[in-house]
Amino acid sequence: MSADTIPITVELAGGLELLFDNEKKLNIDLPAKTGTGDAANINYLVDYLCVHHMKDTRREMFEINGTVRAGILVLINDADWELEGEGEYELQPKDTILFVSTLHGG
Amino acid sequence: MEKFSLGSENLDLRIRIAELEKELADYRSGAAKNSNANGHATHVLDGEDDDDDDDEQNGLNPQDQDDKAVKLDLDEFRRYGRQMIMTEVGLDGQLQLKRSKVLLIGAGGLGCPAAAYLAGAGIGTIGIVDHDLVEPSNLHRQIMHTVEKVGQPKVKSIISSLKRINPNPKYIAHNYALTPENSIETLEKYDLVLDCTDSPQTRYMISDACVLLGKPLVSASALRSDGQLVVLNNPPGEGPCYRCVFPKPPPPESVLSCGEGGVLGPVVGAMGVLMSTEALKVLLSRADKKKRRKPAHLSPDIRPADAKDTPKREESPEQKKFYMTIYSAFSDTPFRTIRMFGKRKTCQACSPVATITKESMKNGSLDYVAFCGGKGSGKYPPLTKDEVINVEEYNKLRENKEGGLLVDVRDDVQFGMCALENSINVPITTILTLPIAPDKDGIDGGERTPVPIPSWLPRDTSTPIYFICRLGNDSRIAVQRLKKSGLVKGNVIKDIKGGLWEWSRKVDKTFPLY
Repeated sequence: MSADTIPITVELAGGLELLFDNEKKLNIDLPAKTGTGDAANINYLVDYLCVHHMKDTRREMFEINGTVRAGILVLINDADWELEGEGEYELQPKDTILFVSTLHGG
Repeated sequence: MEKFSLGSENLDLRIRIAELEKELADYRSGAAKNSNANGHATHVLDGEDDDDDDDEQNGLNPQDQDDKAVKLDLDEFRRYGRQMIMTEVGLDGQLQLKRSKVLLIGAGGLGCPAAAYLAGAGIGTIGIVDHDLVEPSNLHRQIMHTVEKVGQPKVKSIISSLKRINPNPKYIAHNYALTPENSIETLEKYDLVLDCTDSPQTRYMISDACVLLGKPLVSASALRSDGQLVVLNNPPGEGPCYRCVFPKPPPPESVLSCGEGGVLGPVVGAMGVLMSTEALKVLLSRADKKKRRKPAHLSPDIRPADAKDTPKREESPEQKKFYMTIYSAFSDTPFRTIRMFGKRKTCQACSPVATITKESMKNGSLDYVAFCGGKGSGKYPPLTKDEVINVEEYNKLRENKEGGLLVDVRDDVQFGMCALENSINVPITTILTLPIAPDKDGIDGGERTPVPIPSWLPRDTSTPIYFICRLGNDSRIAVQRLKKSGLVKGNVIKDIKGGLWEWSRKVDKTFPLY
C-alpha cells in the first residue's frame, strides 16, 4: 500500500525538538492524500506533525495560519523551501524535511 | 727591540682586523641580497597600491587611501608567517588584512573567540561594540574575559586581552549600545561587520545598516547545543541580507536568550571561531592575487595554483549560491550546510523597492523593538493581586507549616540542580498539556485526548497550590493554565513572585543563583 503513504524523514533543530519531546528525528509514513484528496504538501505535513507528533500544546510555537510560524526555516533535502515552492511543495518518498528554529543567542 | 716587536705585532693585528672587517662586510651584503626577496615584494605591493580600484568596488571606503601604503616589518613576517605561507593568504593577503577595519558587535560568547582569531590574524583595525559589564555567568564561554575583569566594561576587558594576543592592531572601543540612531555612524568607518549580538531586533538593525553602507556582514548565533552561521550582503548588493532570509521576525514568545535557554560554551565558541574564518575569507578575497605572478625570481607558469585564481575572480554573480551552516552538537551529523533562497525581490532593506533608508535609521523612526513584537511583551500573562505571593510572605507560610503544595515548574535538569525542600517537580511543558475545560458552549478548547486528573494535584479543595520557577515567569503561566484546566475547584492557586532568584536574594542566601 505504498501509494497510500509517503515515507519521509522529519528532522527538528534549533530547539524545535523540545516541542516534540526532544525527538530530533522522526521517520513518518505520511498519508499521501489530505482529507480533501489533495496531494500531501508541506503545509499538510505541518498540520500532521502538530496533531500526531507534537507533545507541547503550544501549537503556535510551530504553526500559525496554516503554515510554519515566522522564524522557522524549512529545508527540503537541505535546500531552502523557497527554492522548492514553500508550503505547496508536494512531498516525495524519502524526502528529508528539516525544520530549524532561528537562533538569536550569542 | 721589544718596542719594534710590539710594533710588528701591532701591524699583524691591524691586517687581521682589516681582513675580518672585509669578511663581515661581505657577509652583510650577502645577507642583504638574501633578504632582498622580502624588500622586493614589499616594494611591489607599494606599487600595487596605486591601482586599487578593485578594493573600492568591493566596498572599501575611499577615505582609507592613507592606510594603503601598508608594509610588514620583520616581526610581522615572523608572527604571521604560518598563515602567510598558505596560498589563500600570501603577502598580498596579509597586507590586505592589515589594511582592513573590522567591527565586532558584541563582546560575548561569539565576539570573544571571533575577536581573538581576528586579532591574532593581524587585522589592522578592530572595533568592538558592547555596553555590558563582565559577569561571572559569562566566564564559561566568553573566553577573553577573566575572573579579575568581572564588573569591568566588556569592551575594556576584551581589548586588554586582545592586546596580550597581538599588540599590533589598532583597537577601538565603542562602549555603548548600538541603536538605530548611532548604527550608521558606528559602522561606516569599517570594511566588514560581525554580528555577535543576542536578539532579533539588533540582528535586523545591523543587517539594515550594513545594506545601507554596503558592508558585508558575518552573522552567527547559538543557543543550547545549536548554532547557525551565514554571511550576508556579500558581495554587497548581491548577497541576501538578514531580512531576505527572515522577512518576518519570530513571535517574541519563541525567542530565547542564552540566559533563558542555556548554551554550551564550546558550541557558541565554535560559531565565533567560524565567524572569524568567514571574515578572513571575505577580506582575503579582496587581496589582488594577480600581482603574485610578478615576483621576478619566479616565472608564472611554475605556480599553477595561481593560474586558478584569475578565473575565480571573473565568476559571474548570477551563479553564486548562498548557504547557511547549521551546527547541532549532539546530532549524528553535527555540521550541515543548507542552500538559501538568496536575495528577495520585495526585501524592505536591499531590494529596488526597499523602504529603509539611512535617514530613517538616523532619525530613529525605525522601531526595531516594536517590529520584533517588543521584548517579552505579552509573553507572560498578567495575574491579579490575589494570584501572587511574594517570597517573604510565602516563607512565613512555610514556617507555619502552611506552605501547601509547592510545585516547581522548571525542567527536571534544573530541578535536579537545586530545589526547595518539599517541593515537587512538574515541568511547565507538562502543565501545558493539561486539558482546557470546555467553555459554556460545550466546545472543547483542546483537541487532544483528555488527560485524567494528574496524580500530583490535591484531591481536596483546602490545600493551596503555589507555583515557583527560576525567575517567576513560567510560574505565572502555570497559575493561569491550571485555572483554565478546571481540574481544581476552590483551591488557592498562587504564583511565587520573582521565583527562586528572589528566594535566594531575600529569604535564603545559600540557595544557588544561576
